[in-house]
Amino acid sequence: MKMSGAQMVCEALIAEGVTTVFGYPGGAIMNVYDAIYKQSKFEHILTRHEQAAVHAADGYARATGKVGVAMVTSGPGFTNAVTGIATAFTDSIPLVVISGQVPLSLIGTDGFQEIDAVGISRPCTKHNYLVGSLEELPRIMKEAFYIASSGRPGPVLVDIPKDITAEMGEFVYPKEVHIPTYKPSYKGNDRQIKKAVEAILNAKKPLLYLGGGVVLSNAGKLVRELAALAQIPAVETLMARGVMGYENPLLIGMLGMHGSYASNMAMSETDLIVSLGARFDDRVTGKLSEFAKYADVIHVDIDPANIGKLVDVDYPIVGSITDVLEKMISLLKHSVKPDRYQAWREILARYNELHPLKYDDSDEVLKPQWVIQRVGELIGKDAVITSDVGQHQMWVAQFYPFDRPRQWINSGGLGTMGFGFPAAIGAKRGVPEKIVVNFTGDGSILMNMQELVTAAEYKIPVINIILNNHFLGMVRQWQTFFYDKRYSETDLSFQPNFKALAEACGGIGYDVTTKKEFDEALKDALKQNKVCFMNVAINRFENVLPMVPAGGALYNMLLEHKDK
Amino acid sequence: MQEVRRVISVIAMNESSVLARVSGLFAGRGYNIESLTVAPIPKSNLSRFTIVTKGNAKVIEQITKQLNKLISTLKVIEHEEMVEKEMVLIKFSANESLADIKALCSAYNGGIVNAGENSVIVMIADESKRIEYFLSAAQRYNPIEIVRGGVVAIER
Repeated sequence: MKMSGAQMVCEALIAEGVTTVFGYPGGAIMNVYDAIYKQSKFEHILTRHEQAAVHAADGYARATGKVGVAMVTSGPGFTNAVTGIATAFTDSIPLVVISGQVPLSLIGTDGFQEIDAVGISRPCTKHNYLVGSLEELPRIMKEAFYIASSGRPGPVLVDIPKDITAEMGEFVYPKEVHIPTYKPSYKGNDRQIKKAVEAILNAKKPLLYLGGGVVLSNAGKLVRELAALAQIPAVETLMARGVMGYENPLLIGMLGMHGSYASNMAMSETDLIVSLGARFDDRVTGKLSEFAKYADVIHVDIDPANIGKLVDVDYPIVGSITDVLEKMISLLKHSVKPDRYQAWREILARYNELHPLKYDDSDEVLKPQWVIQRVGELIGKDAVITSDVGQHQMWVAQFYPFDRPRQWINSGGLGTMGFGFPAAIGAKRGVPEKIVVNFTGDGSILMNMQELVTAAEYKIPVINIILNNHFLGMVRQWQTFFYDKRYSETDLSFQPNFKALAEACGGIGYDVTTKKEFDEALKDALKQNKVCFMNVAINRFENVLPMVPAGGALYNMLLEHKDK
Repeated sequence: MQEVRRVISVIAMNESSVLARVSGLFAGRGYNIESLTVAPIPKSNLSRFTIVTKGNAKVIEQITKQLNKLISTLKVIEHEEMVEKEMVLIKFSANESLADIKALCSAYNGGIVNAGENSVIVMIADESKRIEYFLSAAQRYNPIEIVRGGVVAIER
């Protein structure tokens, strides 16, 4: 069928099963927007900033497991999107981002709203394309979706010059992709898997180290099965919260800079790390030379470059976690003796009793940890939780009762403030039957607060709980601990009226200072079913603990902070 | 860990911005490039990059893995048993002793490729280490300009 390049973009999206696109129009992408206007197969959600469009597509992808789609114009439209693209890249989230570009004839002339999008995004995309002719457009669209969602997922940018979206041509959408240079391997090597299983059988203190890859490959069930079968305890990274489920007796907790004492000690004392979809990030390992000194390492990852990058690996296995776990489970089924690890499990249970995650609750002032636990009590499993970046993010990771993979959505790798609210909008669009709560801070929320308008317009009832300490809290905490309390540019005492701000944009606002007010506000927010800002005044100087100071050994945690 | 010199060949799609993908990877991840040559592979839609780099074993391993990870990359060859050559062009003044220069060149598989009114140009193709020896021997004839071509290598 003959159609314009713009129509081809829409037809490709429809063929890929896309139902929601997040974006913002502009000159170079207008042809595509004209084609969007004329179709009714997918909806377009107009965010109020391109960064938010990409975060929303990202939140949608994380909540559903599908590829998220964002659309922006050239120049500033694209550069605004870069933070969103980079956020998805570091957390391996499948996205297709379509950007307009100046016409082919103008490329290289410093035309109006021209910027080298492919050049800028090269280090923060899995792959990117500048479409050079109408003929290659259908193939590139097909490849973009395939590359984004296969192997180790990631964002793919398709930059399309304006004249190509105007040009007419024959549209044939390819059924398959042929990329001879890209063949991700899913099947783990049988010999290596067998050796790894033998190592598990011979270990005394094995430990499952679970990362975001488990979530990405939908291997949560298999991980639980393996853990239950062999009775091996597990620690989760920030990205893997929910994989084991908070009620699982084999879950020791989250490890890393703000991990629990037992989790970090488990990693420090284990004799065999079974790493599944984790990448030994510096926020997890602390000082590398002191990290897991007694352990052999089994490293399962779909990306060979992750294996051996930071930690020497004894049993490298390249493959999808699903495939590898299925094989491991069938091998372990008849040979594993769970009693073998009994003493180890008891040691870790004792560590958790010795130094559980804790906080001092108060009747005078709300504690952020209480608020998070309270949300868990009241809506727990019914909610999808997003967060921004900072203290509140760590408290949520520590204290929310996560029950399943994809329930917890946050910017782990890049640590992007402003991620939470738009991601929540995208997540709510993806799983409308769930309540979506964004825990945020008084710093982070202002970085994409304009999305109140989007959420109000499209009636996307995201509950934003602003844990407000009138500080850029995490930086303030470091200043308290390591910079002699010189609070350089972290005091956020000057604030907007959050309640009025939400109302001005068509949402609801709540000011909360007591437990009773919080319960009432949450109850009302659930009933009203409208986007809201819940401005919760919390203890100003609350710290996230435990804490492994940056560059310190994982086993050297600050468990409490006594003010001098 | 000890730093080693490595010659790595990358076979990649001959498409726009593939050179930027390869060189950008080295720049972005802080890897070393001593030399880089690139040319299309005849009768194919592929290009061949020959990269000389330095790093410890862990870094070299990461370099090859990261290169492999590029969507445009077909194959990465970390050379061990190879024939390795580098070309160099040198311009001397015509006032220098041409016979001496010619004798020096022939000791290094090279010769005079151009002779003009004021200058002569010689070409040598040899292993990088021998190119270094040649260049230091050539100093006494006051070279006007030296252009090195970068290493190409082929597995034995």
